[in-house]
Amino acid sequence: MTIVALVAFSFLSAPLVGWAGGRSWPLVAAVPLLLFAGFCFFLPILPAGEVALETYRWIPALGIDAAFRVDGLSLTFALLICGIGTAVFLYASSYLKGAPRLARFYTVLTLFMASMLGAVLADNLVLLVVFWELTSLTSFLLIGYSPERADTRRSAQQGFLITVAGGLAMLAGVILLGSLAGTFSITAILEQAEVIAAHPTAPAIIMLFAAGAFAKSAQAPLHAWLANAMVAPTPVSAYLHSATMVKLGVYLLARLDPVFSAHALWIALLTGFGALTMLTGAVLAMRETDLKRVLAYSTIVSLGTLVMLIGIDGELAAVAVVIFLVVHALYKACLFMVAGIIDHATGTRDSSMLGGLRRHMPITAGVALLGALSMAGLPPFIGFAAKELVYETGLELSGSWVLVVVALVANVSMVVVAAIVAIRCFYGDLSATPKAAQDPGFAMLAGPVVLAALGLVFGAMPWLISDSLIVPAASATAGAPLDYYLTLWHGFTPMLALSVLTLALGVMTYRRWDGLRLKLAAITTIDLWGPDRAYDGLMNGLQRLAAWQTNLIQTGSMRVYVGRTLLTIAAAGGITLVARGGLVLPSFADSFVPEIAIAVILAVAALAVVRARNFVAGIVAAGLVGFAVALLFLFQGAPDLAFTQFSVEALAIVIMLAIVGRMPFREHEYRSKPQRRRDRWVAISIGLVASLLMLSVLAQPFDDRLSVFFRETAVPEAHGRNLVNVILVDFRAIDTLGEIVVLGLAAIAAAAVLAGMRRAKQEERQ
Amino acid sequence: MNSMILRATSRLILPAALIFSVYVLLRGHNEPGGGFIGGLIAAAGIAVHAIPRGRVSLTQLIFASPKTYIGTGLVIALASGLPAFWLAQPYLMHQWPFQAIALGTTLIFDIGVYLVVIGAVLSFLFYYLEE
Amino acid sequence: MEPVFALAFGVMVAVAAYLLMSRNVLRVVLGLLVLGNATNLSIFLAGRMGSRTPPLVAAGETALVGGANPLPQALILTAIVISFSLVAFTTVLFESAHRRLGTVDTDAMREAEPEAAKKVPNDRRQAAARKMEPAE
Repeated sequence: MTIVALVAFSFLSAPLVGWAGGRSWPLVAAVPLLLFAGFCFFLPILPAGEVALETYRWIPALGIDAAFRVDGLSLTFALLICGIGTAVFLYASSYLKGAPRLARFYTVLTLFMASMLGAVLADNLVLLVVFWELTSLTSFLLIGYSPERADTRRSAQQGFLITVAGGLAMLAGVILLGSLAGTFSITAILEQAEVIAAHPTAPAIIMLFAAGAFAKSAQAPLHAWLANAMVAPTPVSAYLHSATMVKLGVYLLARLDPVFSAHALWIALLTGFGALTMLTGAVLAMRETDLKRVLAYSTIVSLGTLVMLIGIDGELAAVAVVIFLVVHALYKACLFMVAGIIDHATGTRDSSMLGGLRRHMPITAGVALLGALSMAGLPPFIGFAAKELVYETGLELSGSWVLVVVALVANVSMVVVAAIVAIRCFYGDLSATPKAAQDPGFAMLAGPVVLAALGLVFGAMPWLISDSLIVPAASATAGAPLDYYLTLWHGFTPMLALSVLTLALGVMTYRRWDGLRLKLAAITTIDLWGPDRAYDGLMNGLQRLAAWQTNLIQTGSMRVYVGRTLLTIAAAGGITLVARGGLVLPSFADSFVPEIAIAVILAVAALAVVRARNFVAGIVAAGLVGFAVALLFLFQGAPDLAFTQFSVEALAIVIMLAIVGRMPFREHEYRSKPQRRRDRWVAISIGLVASLLMLSVLAQPFDDRLSVFFRETAVPEAHGRNLVNVILVDFRAIDTLGEIVVLGLAAIAAAAVLAGMRRAKQEERQ
Repeated sequence: MNSMILRATSRLILPAALIFSVYVLLRGHNEPGGGFIGGLIAAAGIAVHAIPRGRVSLTQLIFASPKTYIGTGLVIALASGLPAFWLAQPYLMHQWPFQAIALGTTLIFDIGVYLVVIGAVLSFLFYYLEE
Repeated sequence: MEPVFALAFGVMVAVAAYLLMSRNVLRVVLGLLVLGNATNLSIFLAGRMGSRTPPLVAAGETALVGGANPLPQALILTAIVISFSLVAFTTVLFESAHRRLGTVDTDAMREAEPEAAKKVPNDRRQAAARKMEPAE
């Protein structure tokens, strides 16, 4: 009850938060804070290795339950989502004061948070997919906060399309995995991990899930959307790219890691793409001057690190994943918010225009420094422990010096990015900025201060979170209970040497950064041939393809549409009839009865409709067809039909004649001679197929089971002696209900056309 | 279409058509007839009356707009299936509450059909009548 | 007797098809009228003819012995009314189209799909996207 209540509360509070947010009340932060407090109640169950499960029936026929699961991993994510959410909501209430569309913004932000919570807490893969797509949808709305700008629209669309395409791949993976495991329950799937990993379809499942997770977590070459998403307001960037959205892919991989951790493809894909992403992000981060984009690329580096760590099998890697995840969320949210504060206070966030801000905004400078030190991985910050673990994991794998080198490059870039944000902007000579800088108020500072402080507190006292959260989460990632004790200081180890090397290289790179940046920025190949351009090419190609096939199919001529439709029907019917051997002709014996005259009248009258030279003659001929059919009904024991047909025919003629006065009376054939010749052949072929089909049907023995049923049950069960009416109002009443709805709708639609014409007439008069 | 003869005869045709349509509707379950035919007959009678007199007289004759007839008919037809719920039977399972007389919810359903048909035909007619 | 009607049915379908492909909307309406009748006839034929007695259970009996097949009749009864409303609605639509556009030639009615709508103007969109300015 508790988990679903918390998720439901987060969704249901959205309108309320939107209402309060529309007035920029700091109170909006109360909802994530309450949720945070709520999830804290689950903390005591973790050290014992317990898992909280809740299952509700949702679609039992398909084996889909609304199931939720709280274990170390999902609780770590839930606490990050709510905790950082609290900071972000509070920050936004001040940052976005006076901005337009705030009520909508806060509603969507809350819905996004709720979807994230749902996704990480879901214990059913289908439920996970639903929440996953909801995060894509809501993040689309968040990134597209300023839809009047073209670049915003493009970025929002790009992020949406890439993550949703990944989501589709993941859905395919979910279905494959579900049918293989016989259940969609994550708990049940984890229990049969070995069977699944050994199955021949495992590689396909791995690739599909990896595609989904890579798209969401911006792994190279799908990383372009993340940097472009920086067009969003800073609170959104701080939230989406620290603890939420992009981490969801990481969550999915970590969640499934116990199943596939030993699979060669899993290891190759994750470590390979993770390492590629780390390098890509590290290089791209060095090219930027915009603080938010620099941070975005460093986020890509971190995401690559996380994916690589998940790919590495082993307990140490599992611990490294969790600790790195928490650390990154804390400092990245903090630094994004600092970038926003700088932007807000000075009017720019271009690092080349900033310097010496320390003098005007000392508190911000302090916060930035704390966050940056954790990011750079210096002791006694928790970031140090994370970095050491990454190195240790790499070193533990014998012969994987490649991964160690990649990690070194990645960590050096982290040091440089940290220095750009905390040192370059705040130290050195004071630069002139568009606005006079000063420290912001409580609402904007509280979050970054707390997050930065936590980086220090957790570093100094790792036991605070070690047993209660990190180790249970790592156990969930590893799939088995771990015995690990988190400490900051490991003594003089190879990892320490690497840390020192990282710092030295980082400082060196930072001092030469200006030259390096210009050189890297001069490589235009990255812009011309990068995945961002590939995305544009793909989208343009798609539009061109759509335009081409639309022009091909939709000629704009109704005559062509009708002709194609009829030909398709004739071909489908005719080919099936011949290919399936159904073409049988009945005997024409017993054909010489009086009714045969009606058949002749029908054919002659129908041909007369075509020959009619003016509309009235056409109506009369068509009416004759109708009356001939009515006569047939009358002679063949269908008085109800005959009656109806006569009155409908009369009414139709009245209506037809009524329009004669309003439309061109003379028959005019607009078709050219070749067009008419072509149409004649189409008409003849479909008429022929229709006749042959009908003849073949008549050659079959008649299946009278339904008729017999109606004959026998009408009186005893439906108390009616007119079988036609009994069938209409009783046996097939739902059908008749549908018919009268159609009848009513056609009439109402006609009335709407009439109303439109009246309005047009009135406008003409005015 | 303003013809003297049509005006004169339609005054007689209208009541006859209406009475006959109700008769056809009511006997429909056991003899040829029913809501569809009854509705068409009534609509034809009203049409004959309205064509020589124009749109205003049609509105006066049927009190409400044809759309109201359609809506009312649909509601009646939909409602005729509801008693089945009360007896925990599938929707539109018709009920026969009286032992002695053959009067059931089918008639209610047929009345709904009757009204929808009248409304639909008249709303088309409404379109063509001169103002 | 049914096979003869199957031939007549084919003629009616061919006539309806030829009229539906006409560019004159009035002929399209006539085509719809013929097509509706052809369809109803086909349902009636598929249920077989033969008995001239209506499907009415005589008073006192509990089951219908002999008599025409009731099922196709029930299907056709609604189909007649539906095809009437289809024809009436189409006529309304065509008449209002004629009033607005002043033509009964379907190929001249190109308001929804104008002749010139060939190119998707995405060059401008691309240019705007290329000028990515990271700002709020």
